[in-house]
Amino acid sequence: MTTFDLFLQQAINGLSLGAMYALLALGFTLVYGILELINFSHFNVFMVGSFIALWTLQQFGLFGQETILVGLPLAGVLLVTFTVTMLATGVIGVGIERFLLRPLRDVKGPAAMITTIGVSYILFNIILLTVGADSKNFPNPLPPLQIAIGGAVLRLREVLIWIIATLLMLALTFFVQRTKLGRAMRATAQDPEAARMMGVEVDRVIMTAFFLGSALAGASGLIFGLYYNFTSFLIGFNAGLRGFTAAVLGGIGNVPGAMLGGLIIGLVEAFGGQLIGSAWADVIIFAILVLVLVFRPAGLLGRLAPNRS
Amino acid sequence: MSEPTDPILEFQAVNTYYGDLHVLKNVCYTIGRGEIVSLLGGNASGKSTTMKTIMGVVRPASGRVLFDGAEIQDMPTSERVRRGIAPVLEARRLFPRMTVYENLEMGAYTRPKGAGFAQDLERVYTLFPRVQERRGQIAGTLSGGEQQMVAIGRALMARPRLICMDEPSMGLSPLYVEQVFDIIRHINAQGTTIFMVEQNASMALSIAHRAYVLQTGQVVLSGTAKDLRENPAIREAYLGELQVPGAA
Ligand SMILES: Nc1ncnc2c1ncn2[C@@H]1O[C@H](COP(=O)(O)OP(=O)(O)O)[C@@H](O)[C@H]1O
Ligand SMILES: [Mg+2]
Repeated sequence: MTTFDLFLQQAINGLSLGAMYALLALGFTLVYGILELINFSHFNVFMVGSFIALWTLQQFGLFGQETILVGLPLAGVLLVTFTVTMLATGVIGVGIERFLLRPLRDVKGPAAMITTIGVSYILFNIILLTVGADSKNFPNPLPPLQIAIGGAVLRLREVLIWIIATLLMLALTFFVQRTKLGRAMRATAQDPEAARMMGVEVDRVIMTAFFLGSALAGASGLIFGLYYNFTSFLIGFNAGLRGFTAAVLGGIGNVPGAMLGGLIIGLVEAFGGQLIGSAWADVIIFAILVLVLVFRPAGLLGRLAPNRS
Repeated sequence: MSEPTDPILEFQAVNTYYGDLHVLKNVCYTIGRGEIVSLLGGNASGKSTTMKTIMGVVRPASGRVLFDGAEIQDMPTSERVRRGIAPVLEARRLFPRMTVYENLEMGAYTRPKGAGFAQDLERVYTLFPRVQERRGQIAGTLSGGEQQMVAIGRALMARPRLICMDEPSMGLSPLYVEQVFDIIRHINAQGTTIFMVEQNASMALSIAHRAYVLQTGQVVLSGTAKDLRENPAIREAYLGELQVPGAA
């Protein structure tokens, strides 16, 4: 492989990781934008999502990488699996908000954030105790198609991940920018009391943010499985911290920022792993988190804090 | 004083607290349909709390709030807006990173899209040609006077029957103050009832039909604007006898 091939290969890998982290970062940002709450349960909603996706794929008789689907059956299986996973994680997110966080809404201080850490551990342990500690082979019905670009390899699964992530992000952008509920969400993020006095039902907006963020985490968990061919109760921590770093890097609360941050973190992980060694990827990523927090807390596309009254 | 015979809004012995702080003390107001009623009072007397109690952002501990004869004190804010109460908030409080147009859309939030939205928009644009010029601009970048026009326009987009204004002239240059009061009178002439908190008592009493004076959470005086303008206590406290000449 030439240097250029290596570069190209890491760009391909980085974009795929980046797509996964961007979807994850959006959940942090949507919730933070409205509640100023860092929702650590998001880490393991993502992990649970990858298991829901795994079980859904198994319902189609898919267990390892042997069964390959093409054409309509493949499209159908993917569509159903994405839909089921996203709905399920969306409902989990809404449940967490409704039953565990809403009662703490008016409690000042870190109570709500600490609760999200607790919920994260509960999800983690539920999966550990029911599924076990070993990694699970993740069914992957995608044909092993790939094309060579020079010495670099572009696999079908990567193209598919890019397309799906792009579609989801376009859909979210459309929702936030162009629909009435999306507008209410932005208004609530900018001035919750004023939004309420326009007649916005703020509880509904918060629920929507949790649903969308968690659904995207589910999609991200499914993409994780398709990309790595495995899942485990442990995957939430690493991916979650990357998603969170991505959200902070882009400017937490800022939707395009989360997308940009995700891509950058994905690329940093791929190139950092290539140039310095993958063991250092974590160091680089968390160095970025610390540097951003110290020198540019508002992030790359940051903005002024919302008016609070 | 002559109580209005056809009230649109009533406070009956309302008490509102923030924690232990007793802000509104047995407050009674009666706002007649079609009136402009002004609420005067010094700082921290509970004027904004009155507005928040009407909108349901704070709930009274006791007492009744009636809108159109129905008790609304336990209703969610969204239901009050739907019934026809819209606010012009203290310090305007536009959504700063939204466009002017989106702010107007937010004003119409509780109304089904299409239900006269275009007409209402037209009405706002006619009232404020400046708002139409700026409709694509990010609201946070407008001047104070322009923001106040958008804030009033936003309230009108709800097609309200009652508008509650909290210090609409605050921080505006005299030219804009003049304009804002003209607009308020105009909106009222078209049939909308106005309940207005104002620091600028002489301006407020010049357009109001009646007024209440609030002092540390209690109504200490009320009457027609004409009576209050001639009341020596009011003249001294609010109408500039002690004010620096020219201060708005
Ligand atoms: N959110 C709040 N929490 C606690 N106290 C408040 C709050 N809002 C207002 N107050 C207090 O209530 C009193 C009345 O405030 P307000 O109604 O805003 O007065 P005004 O609008 O007449 O200046 C003041 O003493 C103020 O400090
Ligand atoms: Mg006030």
